[in-house]
Amino acid sequence: MSAAIASAPAALEARSLSLSFGGLKAVDKFSLTLPARGLCGLIGPNGAGKTTVFNLLTGVYKPDTGECRLGDARVDGLKPSAIAAAGLARTFQNIRLFGSLSVLDNVRTAGGVRARSGLFRSLLRTPLYLAEEAAIIERSLELLDMLGIAHRAGEQAKSLPYGEQRKLEIARALATEPKVLLLDEPVAGMNTNEKREMRALIQKLRDEFDVAILLIEHDMGLVMDICENITVLDHGVTIATGNAAKIQQDPKVIEAYLGTTEDAVADDAASAAGADGGA
Amino acid sequence: MKRVAERIAQHRVAAGPAVVASLWPLIAGIAIAWFLQQWLAPMIGPFYAKVLLDIGIAIVAASSLNIVNGFGGQFSIGHAGFMMVGGYAAAWLTYYGSIHLWGTPALHGGFLGGGDLLFLASCLLAGVVAALTGLLVGLPSLRLRGDYLAIVTLGFGEIMRVLVQRTGDVMSPAEAQKAGLGGTVGAMGGSLGFGGIPTYTRIFYVYVFVAIVVVCAYRLKISSQGRALLAVRENEVAAESVGINTARVKVQSFVMAAFFAGIGGTLFAHELGTTLNPRELGFQKSIDIVIMVVLGGMGSITGVVMAAAALTVMPELFRGFATYRMPIYALALIIVMIVRPQGLFGIKELWDTQLWRRWFHRGGRGPGHTPQAIARELRSERAGGEPGRDVIDRKPPMDPSQPETRRSEDES
Repeated sequence: MSAAIASAPAALEARSLSLSFGGLKAVDKFSLTLPARGLCGLIGPNGAGKTTVFNLLTGVYKPDTGECRLGDARVDGLKPSAIAAAGLARTFQNIRLFGSLSVLDNVRTAGGVRARSGLFRSLLRTPLYLAEEAAIIERSLELLDMLGIAHRAGEQAKSLPYGEQRKLEIARALATEPKVLLLDEPVAGMNTNEKREMRALIQKLRDEFDVAILLIEHDMGLVMDICENITVLDHGVTIATGNAAKIQQDPKVIEAYLGTTEDAVADDAASAAGADGGA
Repeated sequence: MKRVAERIAQHRVAAGPAVVASLWPLIAGIAIAWFLQQWLAPMIGPFYAKVLLDIGIAIVAASSLNIVNGFGGQFSIGHAGFMMVGGYAAAWLTYYGSIHLWGTPALHGGFLGGGDLLFLASCLLAGVVAALTGLLVGLPSLRLRGDYLAIVTLGFGEIMRVLVQRTGDVMSPAEAQKAGLGGTVGAMGGSLGFGGIPTYTRIFYVYVFVAIVVVCAYRLKISSQGRALLAVRENEVAAESVGINTARVKVQSFVMAAFFAGIGGTLFAHELGTTLNPRELGFQKSIDIVIMVVLGGMGSITGVVMAAAALTVMPELFRGFATYRMPIYALALIIVMIVRPQGLFGIKELWDTQLWRRWFHRGGRGPGHTPQAIARELRSERAGGEPGRDVIDRKPPMDPSQPETRRSEDES
């Protein structure tokens, strides 16, 4: 596929999505345009509503208002499974694997969404079913190989170390043949080496699978390095969008992360008072 | 990376071998059933032949529950209710059908004669009627889980029992002929039970259905459909996120389980020496079936089959102890659950256990691999240049810094 043309529809487009939990406005008028093969970031302090945005996009929560398009298709209000079938895959912040299934079966299960054979074909084992299963297994093994965990294929998913569980989640997401991939904190809890590896992997995924990627991450180094466009959330409100340089200069972003000058002055005064009191 | 759709062509299987592969387990099952009927049953005598029959019915019941309870993780404790629905539907057809066709509810025709065909038709009717009720019971499973779903299924079993108890007396052949087939629907014997059902259940038929249920359960387990069910059991949110319609999958599992339970109920209803009454297929029976599934390992077909057989034979073996029979049975259960809380095999099949591998030197295959699949893995050329089987067999290098990574394989 050639580079994204301006007139081509965005891979994922959200328009003023809002969601309230009771009186709490968890997400307020969230908009986002993720171009085809784009790599964008979603950042914000803890509790800003980043994962809630993911849950809105993937259909776990239904937005109160706003709309969401995947390519040409409207997907807001659909079930998560239908949205996944339409081409949106995700990973989870707190890893959610099929623990007692084997690593290979975790990926195969996800590949099943692209199979046409239903229950009766499976029970009769028709030629189409056999061909599809073989194709899914083959692709699943290639995915595992690409993520470097093929040697674990026969093991139980829950017996994998943390880093490999994260990779398995990505492999499973890719098995659904997505057009858009949402990664929720892909490098959380990883060491420097693993982070470097994951960064290379994320960029490789885009080229290999022609997929647009949106990622949530607290590791600013990673986000600033690889994301073309960054959206900053605070208390459910989008406070800034733009490239890394622009975001870093934005006073609102600095305020959200570091607090206001008045806060700092007050903090200083308080600590000074504390120090005086202690002396 | 190539998509699944682009790969299908190169994995095409010729129709001939596929038909053979599809049918041979069924043909083998029929052969085994015939062998059991013709050779084993006369040898072991009528008492143990009856035990053999009961084992078969227990396997049908437990394996069908295993589909919804083991694979899907939907805790259903009203499974005997489906057996009751199926059993009564089938008994109605064979009893009143016989009267209308031949004027008497007695056995009619020999092997695969008219009576046997009517019996097989009643099995189908039972399956369909039970499957429809399964659809009805499956719907609450979309909103409820765990204990709450268990209560709903329990309630379903009780409702079925009460409904059957409210039916009128069984009609005599003369009355039934006067009433016409439609007029006999309410006459199922009430709380006294449905007497006079022709006893068509034979070892052959029972084990043909055992073969069908077990083969279907196994094929379900290793298919995408079945793995979707296992995924729902493991993590529903994640299952939805990879495109599995959890609602559909759950209801499907209820329908399929109920279909086979209905057939199990038919076999039970037409068995010599049992009476079809609401008490026999009540809560106690449901619990018995649940115990078979839990003991065998939720999700393990071979485990559940073995548990069903063992738990049917055990009370018979302990008959000599008379008064201590049930306490011993209960104690044995408690001990097994303490020693192996995940059941005999957990989610695995017999051939996936370490003991089996050690004895038969088989490769460490994960659950859900068929010979065909592995053969194709071997053939497929992969990026690393290694056949798929090697990838699966190869053990990861031991990492001393992470002792947690090599936990016991039996954990589940």
